[in-house]
Amino acid sequence: MTFSRPLPSPNALTAPYWQAAHQRELKLPRCEACAKFHFYPRSACPHCGSTQLGWHTASGKGEVYSFTVVHRAPSKGFEELVPYVVAVVALAEGPHLMTRLTQVQPDTVRIGMPVQVDFEKQDEETTLPVFCPVEK
Amino acid sequence: MNLAETRIVGIGESALGKVPSRSALQLQSDAAYAALDDAGLALKDIDGLITTPIRVEPWNMPCGVVSSFLGVQPSYLSTLDLAGASGAAMIHHASMAVASGQCNTVLCVAGQNLLTNKSRASAVQTMAESGAAHPQFESPYGLLVASNYALIAQRHMYEYGTTAEQMAEVAVTIRNHALLNPNAHMTKPITVQDVLNSPMITSPLKRFDCALVSDGAAAVIVTSLDRARDLKQKPVRVLGQGYGLSHSYVGEAMNLPFSGAVQSGKRAFEMAGVKHADIDVAELYDCFTITVIIELEDLGFCKKGEGGAFVQNGRIALGGELPVTTHGGLLSCAHPGLGGGLFHVLEGVRQVRGQAGARQVKDAKLALVHGNGGTIAIHCTLILSQ
Repeated sequence: MTFSRPLPSPNALTAPYWQAAHQRELKLPRCEACAKFHFYPRSACPHCGSTQLGWHTASGKGEVYSFTVVHRAPSKGFEELVPYVVAVVALAEGPHLMTRLTQVQPDTVRIGMPVQVDFEKQDEETTLPVFCPVEK
Repeated sequence: MNLAETRIVGIGESALGKVPSRSALQLQSDAAYAALDDAGLALKDIDGLITTPIRVEPWNMPCGVVSSFLGVQPSYLSTLDLAGASGAAMIHHASMAVASGQCNTVLCVAGQNLLTNKSRASAVQTMAESGAAHPQFESPYGLLVASNYALIAQRHMYEYGTTAEQMAEVAVTIRNHALLNPNAHMTKPITVQDVLNSPMITSPLKRFDCALVSDGAAAVIVTSLDRARDLKQKPVRVLGQGYGLSHSYVGEAMNLPFSGAVQSGKRAFEMAGVKHADIDVAELYDCFTITVIIELEDLGFCKKGEGGAFVQNGRIALGGELPVTTHGGLLSCAHPGLGGGLFHVLEGVRQVRGQAGARQVKDAKLALVHGNGGTIAIHCTLILSQ
């Protein structure tokens, strides 16, 4: 028996993000007035208040802002992954983003480590952006 | 009438820990009757009620469910949810309801049979999926509630050199306080080494860095100064109060080591017109050991980054410079969910009344009570005086 994991339920505000992710692309909301990126998606720019917002492809690059190695899964669906690394990544575009690090030994993860986006297909409709160390 | 003319006049709690014989409503009822008895009031004197949502049963209108169960005929009622800051915020909302003339005497009550109903594992899953992490952008990555705090702890260690031993010191100190509380869930002493040796949950947080899951409920009664004068207990005043909010989710927070306690503390101290050195005891929200360290910094008891050193050498223990969370807190006394922060209010009231027994801080005149909700996101600070 396999156990499911919680998956995102996109809505009108967030659908562009999840549609892009399913195409293996990281898109972020950006303000057309002040040109700054933000995340999570909002109705107005948190920097200048403008409601002229668009979606732009991000570089997919960033560095580890903080991380935790999860040894005790929150539910059965995650048990096969233990121990796994949940991280906040500071994206090159400015905003932070919660993710999981892949292709990495948990005990080698450090704050400041350069990482880049990768994609993990969950089912026929959903793909999660994950991050992995930048290859040297 | 203004807030200065309202008073806390009654406190009570149910049995705590593993209490399989009581439902959520029975636990709340036990706490409510204990608070009424403490105040010298009867249920017919209560005309306002505030409670919080619970997790163990689906209640469509918690304040209505609890009022109806108790037989209260309220002219004011409200269900409050500031997550972990709810306990402190309930007292402020009750004071506003009385000060506005909406009602005379408010019962604040919260709690549930979280441990018996759900088991620790099931409660952990429920809490992980109930909103501390963003449902779309965070939950799919497999975070425990503790993982959010672990991300903050890791960043704090990176920026300021805070150590696992310093966090363990918080758990040990608060456990020692719980050992002096006959109603506390935990009854055995622990050492720093025990904390460090406890199973890693989500690095750097280990089992003993994390709060309990408990059964239990707490209640507080707030009324007008006029009414308070002829009741059983020495009335306790809310001298200062403040809220603060820094973010909603850890993933979007741009400056993780800082919390909304910076704002809530500043507002509470300004309103009270007192200084940090005047505070005799601080009942700080302690969902995780790192939470206490960050609150000490952001409330201004030490500089940013010095919280780790501050908790060492007995400074936050009874008899120390600033005794913290003297009832044993969420780490060692009880954590039954949203109502958990109400126990900190109860202890603050006991301390300034001089009724804390073996845990009494000598001549305590001012108690700071702090509630933290979300992941160091939403904060409510109270400064209580005799």
